[in-house]
Amino acid sequence: MSKADDIRRLMRTEGAAVAANAQGFNEGRYASVAELDDYEGLKAEARAIKEDAIERLPELLDQLRESVESNGGTMYVAEDAADANDYIRSVVADRDADRVVKSKSMTSEEIEVNEALAADGVDVVETDLGEWVLQLADEAPSHIVAPAIHKSREAIADLFAERFDTDEPLETAEDLTHFARERLGEQIVDAQVGLTGANFLTADTGSMALVTSEGNARKTVAATDTHVAVAGVEKVVPTVEDLRPFVELIGRSGTGQDITSYVSLLTPPVDTPVVDFTDDETPLSAFDADREFHLVLIDNGRMGMREDDQLRETLYCIRCSACSNSCANFQSVGGHAFGGETYSGGIATGWEAGIEGYDTAAEFNDLCTGCTRCVNACPVGIDIPWINTVVRDRINRRDDEAAEWLVDGLTPDEEDEGAPLQKRFFGNFETVAKLGSLTAPVSNWLAKTDASRWAMDLALGIDPRRELPEFQRETLVDWFAGRESRVADPTRRVVLYPDLYTNHVQVERGKAAVRVLEALSVDVVVPPVPSSGRAPYSQGMVATATDHAERVSDALAPHLDDGRDVVVVEPSDHAMFTREYARLVDEEPFARLSANSYEILEYVYGLLENGADESAVRSGDGAEIAYHSHCQQRTLGLETYTVGVLERLGYDVATTDVECCGMAGSFGYKSDYYELSMDVGERLRDQLVADDVRDRPVVASGTSCLEQIDSLLERQPRHPVELLVE
Amino acid sequence: MSTSALTQFEAALDELGASATHVERDAFGDHVEELLDPPAVGVTLEETLGDDALSLDGTSVSVDPTPVELREATTGVTAATLGIADYGSVVLTPTTRGSELVSLFVDRHVVVVRASDVVDDMKTAVDTLAVEFRETGGSAIVATGPSATADMGELVQGAHGPREVHVVVVEDE
Repeated sequence: MSKADDIRRLMRTEGAAVAANAQGFNEGRYASVAELDDYEGLKAEARAIKEDAIERLPELLDQLRESVESNGGTMYVAEDAADANDYIRSVVADRDADRVVKSKSMTSEEIEVNEALAADGVDVVETDLGEWVLQLADEAPSHIVAPAIHKSREAIADLFAERFDTDEPLETAEDLTHFARERLGEQIVDAQVGLTGANFLTADTGSMALVTSEGNARKTVAATDTHVAVAGVEKVVPTVEDLRPFVELIGRSGTGQDITSYVSLLTPPVDTPVVDFTDDETPLSAFDADREFHLVLIDNGRMGMREDDQLRETLYCIRCSACSNSCANFQSVGGHAFGGETYSGGIATGWEAGIEGYDTAAEFNDLCTGCTRCVNACPVGIDIPWINTVVRDRINRRDDEAAEWLVDGLTPDEEDEGAPLQKRFFGNFETVAKLGSLTAPVSNWLAKTDASRWAMDLALGIDPRRELPEFQRETLVDWFAGRESRVADPTRRVVLYPDLYTNHVQVERGKAAVRVLEALSVDVVVPPVPSSGRAPYSQGMVATATDHAERVSDALAPHLDDGRDVVVVEPSDHAMFTREYARLVDEEPFARLSANSYEILEYVYGLLENGADESAVRSGDGAEIAYHSHCQQRTLGLETYTVGVLERLGYDVATTDVECCGMAGSFGYKSDYYELSMDVGERLRDQLVADDVRDRPVVASGTSCLEQIDSLLERQPRHPVELLVE
Repeated sequence: MSTSALTQFEAALDELGASATHVERDAFGDHVEELLDPPAVGVTLEETLGDDALSLDGTSVSVDPTPVELREATTGVTAATLGIADYGSVVLTPTTRGSELVSLFVDRHVVVVRASDVVDDMKTAVDTLAVEFRETGGSAIVATGPSATADMGELVQGAHGPREVHVVVVEDE
């Protein structure tokens, strides 16, 4: 099945349940973290603890071993899945156990311990209700926290009806839960071995934290005489005190609960008596707490990740699922498409690359569009889009394609990064745009022919259902060069960065930006500057992006020396200057460029706040407007300036709150992803056609968003700066 | 403990769908009796709370039950070592007398906490536990509201653990 078919099938069969659940979790996260007095401070604390723990990992593991052993337990560090499974099998065999009950553990999914034990004839029972449903259905988790997120109540009722002979049909969620509880309850009290994960381990005391809501993990430990805990080596933190930020953040970040029902802080083996649940004579206190404890820590590639400067951050992940829930693509397809062997969502690229390898990561890595909406959601501040970019780059370099020569002629790549044809085309869009403007309108006519679209689909995977950008013969730079500066006594001086789209395609918004700035007494120059490198960066062509970044930095430096601010119309390019360039150019030039770069409406806001004459720009006179901010712009906290300017000018502004428009640069153009892109776009469309919004003109900041909205609505959207002129 | 912490504790419990009541030490037994949905089992509370007045003697609670009694019980009564005001959480300690079993294998959990043991926030609670863990190698369950699951298509209270939680705050100062 092709990738597009696979995605289409998953959207049809699982999309509705995934969308409802993931969006519900995501909304819950926003509400729950807003209640914290110092959310950012807590995240910073959590991050610092993880950085320190991974840095000192070998030492902490030694300390943890001492603690566990002095508590009377054992600790085994397994090199890989087979090693871990051999150890667990031997523990189960030594106990002569016929049943192992399990609470939810993604690490146990990673090593596939169920299969290993089943091969020995052991009855392995998942006791987390979601995991149990999947065990019955023989399906894989689609979400790292809520594994059966893709199954509706009706689907679970059908599954139970098929598998069990129940007296009465089970319909409501209460019925289904009650049935599962009773059935699993019997199996738990009859098991010898309890297998849990561990969300965190403390080196100082040999304790573990288990974050759950059902109570099954508590029962799994309390009702059995042999406790096996399976966890990745990265789970260790120095002290019990260090658990506090995680306890407060993990539920909020994931499913939007302030805290889950149970946070078990266990120092195994626990003191709970091991009882015979059929005994009707002996009081509980008369049973001994004769319990074994085995901590099985898994390396399985993690120590290698720790040595890898780019993948290391992945080890800070606390598996909360914020990056899944906040991801527009994940909300549409879930973890069966956006995931690898075990892990799903944005951070899965790091996990799967490190644990399984790049072939597995390559299967889903393109679903990260780099929108950055997960960045602020991650409780430990992992730059998840960067990990996706790095892994994409590494995948590109492995997958040299035979037809390279064909593109090399059309779109010469500055660095040979081995990226496939489609990625090179989009990555070198600057060349295409330059050629397009030079030969417009002929280039636009030619591109529109059926034959061209067929060839583009075939060779480049550009979906024929997408309208292509129309290149303007006169670029913004050319237009500006042909006019005189109009500001006699400027209050500020800027260089307006001619981003690729503003310069070649949406030239009108560039002209509007110049006029607004000049109306507010700002001296403007629009020199030729290379494209930002956003396009190759998105394709994982990091070397090419770095080359762009260095040239842009060099080209803008004299203007900064000259005391000019940098103003950017396209938010994704502004985000390059203020965020992504941190990885691409030296510290000093990055610090200067990022500190002096402004998104256009952010700059206008600043001008108005500092006394610029508001009457020099067009007022809104109470007009109603709908505004869709851009994903990367929102991550940088800049949406508020556009809204602020529009409100100040008298507009009544309705805003959208979807995480991303779905277009995300080149993503929505790709044949494999067109339908997914439109599915994500539907959520934006729904907000723009809602009762109070449907008659409002639409403005949007991003090029991609404007193109997507144009394809979703009858109304043609504009950039907000265009409202300020006319 | 401060008055505001207690108020916050009860407000948080209310939001969780758990209920809470206050009782003076000398009215403890009668008060607990009213909260039971029989049959009820329990563990000795004096051990955890260090106060002979907080005893289940004289109530219909079967203290230190057999495993079969436990499984047939509807209500379980145990003590919490701490309450956490900003979350409405109680801190349960698994003891050799089976407190964890009595807290967990029942439909209705009645938890007794002294007003003076209700702390303001999670940081205070974790810091307290940290010191205790290093000294005793102990364990604790931070329990917040009833057990719950969303795995069956919508949120259901009462998954593997209790469906109802009632917190008894004993005025002790």
